Amino acid sequence: MQWEIVIGLEVHTQLSTNTKIFSGASTAFGAEPNTQADAVSIALPGVLPVLNKGAVERAIKFGLATGSHIAPRSVFARKNYFYPDLPKGYQISQFDLPVVGKGALTIQVEPLSGNAKPYEKTVRITRAHLEEDAGKSVHGDSQGVTGIDLNRAGTPLLEIVSEPDMSSAAEAVAYAKALHTLVRWIGICDGNMQEGSFRCDVNVSVRKPGQPLGTRREIKNLNSFKFMQQAIDYEVQWQIDTIENGGKVQQATILFNPDTGETRAMRSKEDAHDYRYFPDPDLLPLEISPEWIEQVRATLPELPQAKQARYVNDLGLSAYDASLLTASREMADFFEAALSAVPSQAKICANWMIGEVSAQLNRDGLDMAQCPITAQQLGGMLARIADGTISNSGAKDVFRTMWAEGGSADAIIEAKGLKQVSDSGAIEALVDEIIAGNAEKVAEYRSGKDKLFGFFVGLAMKASKGKANPAQLNDILKKKLEG
Amino acid sequence: MIHSSLTQLGAALRAKKISSVELTQSYLDRINQLNPQLNAFITLNPEMSLAQAREADTRFASGKVGALTGIPIAQKDIFCAKGWLTTCGSKMLHNFVSPYDAHVISQFNNAGAVNLGKTNMDEFAMGSSNETSHYGAVKNPWDTARVPGGSSGGTAAAVAARLCAAATGTDTGGSIRQPAALCGISGLKPTYGVVSRYGMIAFASSLDQAGPMGRNAEDLALMMNVMAGFDERDSTSLQRDKEDYTRDLNKPLTGLRIGLPKEFFAEGMGADVAKAVEAAIAEYKKLGAVIVDISLPNSKLSVPVYYVLAPAEASSNLSRFDGVRYGYRAPEYGDLADMYEKSRAQGFGAEVKRRIMIGTYVLSHGYYDAYYLQAQKIRRLIAQDFTEAYKQCDVIMGPTSPSTAFQLGEKGDDPVQMYLSDIYTIAVNLAGLPGMSIPCGFGANDMPVGLQIIGNYFDEARMLNVAHQFQLATDWHSRAPKL
Repeated sequence: MQWEIVIGLEVHTQLSTNTKIFSGASTAFGAEPNTQADAVSIALPGVLPVLNKGAVERAIKFGLATGSHIAPRSVFARKNYFYPDLPKGYQISQFDLPVVGKGALTIQVEPLSGNAKPYEKTVRITRAHLEEDAGKSVHGDSQGVTGIDLNRAGTPLLEIVSEPDMSSAAEAVAYAKALHTLVRWIGICDGNMQEGSFRCDVNVSVRKPGQPLGTRREIKNLNSFKFMQQAIDYEVQWQIDTIENGGKVQQATILFNPDTGETRAMRSKEDAHDYRYFPDPDLLPLEISPEWIEQVRATLPELPQAKQARYVNDLGLSAYDASLLTASREMADFFEAALSAVPSQAKICANWMIGEVSAQLNRDGLDMAQCPITAQQLGGMLARIADGTISNSGAKDVFRTMWAEGGSADAIIEAKGLKQVSDSGAIEALVDEIIAGNAEKVAEYRSGKDKLFGFFVGLAMKASKGKANPAQLNDILKKKLEG
Repeated sequence: MIHSSLTQLGAALRAKKISSVELTQSYLDRINQLNPQLNAFITLNPEMSLAQAREADTRFASGKVGALTGIPIAQKDIFCAKGWLTTCGSKMLHNFVSPYDAHVISQFNNAGAVNLGKTNMDEFAMGSSNETSHYGAVKNPWDTARVPGGSSGGTAAAVAARLCAAATGTDTGGSIRQPAALCGISGLKPTYGVVSRYGMIAFASSLDQAGPMGRNAEDLALMMNVMAGFDERDSTSLQRDKEDYTRDLNKPLTGLRIGLPKEFFAEGMGADVAKAVEAAIAEYKKLGAVIVDISLPNSKLSVPVYYVLAPAEASSNLSRFDGVRYGYRAPEYGDLADMYEKSRAQGFGAEVKRRIMIGTYVLSHGYYDAYYLQAQKIRRLIAQDFTEAYKQCDVIMGPTSPSTAFQLGEKGDDPVQMYLSDIYTIAVNLAGLPGMSIPCGFGANDMPVGLQIIGNYFDEARMLNVAHQFQLATDWHSRAPKL
């Protein structure tokens, strides 16, 4: 019998402010332990929180980018529990009145299995709220002592909660990736998953179609998309097996072990905390005026979906190409900058971006921001293709050189003598010579063996050392062969 | 000199009749002589005090002086002061030397005042008799077998015994006014938000407010000029123009409308207290005031509402005292949970534990709506009562405390009896209004009686005027205990 999978995500994004959400201490990653722990981070007696406006602005940006409701008034609440890396004994978060309310994110899903086609899906966002991060317990010191590093304590987080709208690991991963792209796109989070800037909790349950929701288990702190997929796949199978074997799924918080590929329960519902939320009396309700929202809106870049629509409608690109070009803001910016050199060649520019540039980055293990060539270099090369100075194969040569050694397309063309021959007299002479030297094949062609055309093109290209303008060569060859 | 007011001391210092060092030393000598019987101070640091006095003396030489320059002021041990042991009356902070100054402390430092020492208090300001201090009970200078009131009992006893000219207190439910009444001195709790809470160890954040305690209203006005003002480090601090609190001291009281709440003059008030308060009201009539009968119908709910909200906030505020980063840690423990439990069990006294437990209970899942939310609703009703009342009158008067100072140990076994000693003061904190207590006579056993003056929001200058005019006409405030 078929099982239906129900998945919802809670994503913690670290907001890219320079200072903490409730104090002026730095949020930079990787400093010596406790060097960025000021009086507020340590929770000395008597200190008080003061809200960082930059964190609020980032939350507003997220709300605007997802068409979400932005609460004119939201409230910070204390979530009370004891843990050594939680210096106040409570986390300042938002509970019943979050800063961002209902919204949605449209995603492109690429199914993992076989020949299914990519499709679009809209995932509803339940809410997003501001809160502070905790510090870190540092275990495994030589004396068996656990240390506390409070550098991270108070780093601003936006926790983005989705509705349980995803029904496969592929959809969950697609949503997480789309969110990851978006938060970097609008500049509210650096998206660095290794450093914990983007952490996902995944709620998974299974049910028979038409049945009420099953009991969910929450996989905590996934920091890679690959692990997320593996964890969901394992967990779904575990839940199905459990139920089919007559067992019952108990609500629990679980961890994924990437080494074994398995999930295991961390704590069950019975030992769930009573967090005793209540409004933090040290902070006034957060009020966001329509004017403030408009000010923030003015700083928002063109969003991926708007760009995609523009690429399709104005540039004539396919929806698929448009989605690849907007995979990151760096990619889209690079594309647009290169295109500005050859405004009428959107398709060729897109092909180079999606083809050679992406492939080469991939091979070198680089991301767009680390691309060794500039958009100006690529645009310069595209201009030489467009004006017929170089052939496509010549362009590949130019591109490789540019990538490895740098330099402008013009300089490389000059140095390597890649300028293609567009002198029709020279090409005609060359073609005449080939026709004269291959009488047998010419006869075969003329008797109807059309496929031989490629053979002649090859010979002619070889004779021109690859420099003959292909379009011109085709025309002349065709004309002369047909006599 | 020890009977002088702040105004007189300031004049003597500026006229160079005495140096700050001499003045400070004479207070220190008197403290050495009398503190063993009174236990008003937890920490003295003559070296640091005299260093500040020497600095003040150089200020006199350079001429850059204010009203409090060179005057020794004692500080309630709830204020963090850099380099000073800051215990908050608790074993939990028996070893906590603050690395920073509370806003109130830096305001006094900037004014050139001398920190004379840290005064005793109920543990974490929880108490009405000063008997909950880990450092021992404070004795009332009028009768050392009696309590000084609390929680600012050390300050009240020190001022009454002329161990200092003035000192700071804090008031969450009456902790300035009640000890002021019981020790025969003047004390002012300002409007919530007028004095920054930064660096003042939190008991119940939405109720806590620092204020001055001294010999008379004029001295309180001088203290307010230093203590009040916006501080961006406290999000609940109010952004208002700087005020001169002495500006209205000498206005006549003709036509002043004094509201007398019938609920304050009902059963519960001791006959001796009633007699003194009524005599004071008669004095005000002579000064030109008119009496208006008013009602505060919800004020009878103040004590129960307070004992839901204050412990709720306290249970969370005191979570940071966990033995991890500073303060008391149990010498022996097993695992982490055991360290928390033992450190907190040993570090907190019985009253603090009682309130943490009450607070934890009322915030718990399933009880929050019935207790915390309900109490917040009633809190708003209590505030509305005052708003209604101030349509008919300018100030409200009544007793500060239902009785004069009780015997040490008298109410130790009955927390509810103890809580009822704040029955007239608590509503003021719940409403966020300013309240004062000034001496208005003596009751049974020749113990002082306090008159409470409650003002409308930000009406401190008028209240000081009302108190000052009474003090010009009477001499209760200049009576001193014989020691």
